[in-house]
Amino acid sequence: MAVAVEVRLPTVLRPQAGGQSTVTVEASTIGDVLRQLVSEYPGMSGQLLNADGSLHRFVNVYVNDDDVRYLDALETPVKEGDEVSLLPAVAGG
Amino acid sequence: MLRLPRNLYLQMVAHCIVGLPDEACGVLAGDPATGTVVRLYPTRNAAASARVYTVDSHDLLQADRDAERAGTQLIGVFHSHTHTDAYPSATDVDQAPDSAWHYVVVSLRDTHPVVRSYRIGDGRIEEESVVVLGQVPQAVAV
Repeated sequence: MAVAVEVRLPTVLRPQAGGQSTVTVEASTIGDVLRQLVSEYPGMSGQLLNADGSLHRFVNVYVNDDDVRYLDALETPVKEGDEVSLLPAVAGG
Repeated sequence: MLRLPRNLYLQMVAHCIVGLPDEACGVLAGDPATGTVVRLYPTRNAAASARVYTVDSHDLLQADRDAERAGTQLIGVFHSHTHTDAYPSATDVDQAPDSAWHYVVVSLRDTHPVVRSYRIGDGRIEEESVVVLGQVPQAVAV
């Protein structure tokens, strides 16, 4: 069942959401959260999901304290009161 | 320009040395307008490699939250190059997520660590100066 979930946006994505630092979406999984964000804020499209719908490797997605890559990735469920955070993955050589 | 208080500069270099033989990394929080770092978060290198680094995602979230609680924000990242120059690699440029960030490279190739900082955007690398704030300790006469 879809619930209202608060999503914290990193500074780099805020301009695409009209400058907001948090937004609320209706979702039941992390995949839903990201697809909702992209449909509401099309500027985020290439930065959250790949063309095939998988999670973009340059973004970290967390439910509360946990990185969803260590949970069930896009299938990770979200429930009432969960806080989802997005951060750019930081990596290099 | 990147401005680093001397204690944070030393903490950064120490974290890189302790991380050997792997690359070490961490994130910097401060004022985006002036490039002044007020907090430094040494993080784990999730890649545990001498050639590449990934800031541990859990450490990154903790740093981001702490910075926000302190009324500041993440403005950059540092990492070490264990055997090469303090210049961004092709991998660094490909993965640079934010043109507003400061990308600090600490080279441990030579006897003395070399610290340089860059802005990276649209595949272009621009070096910026690094200013260490605070007093230089005086040599002690023995």
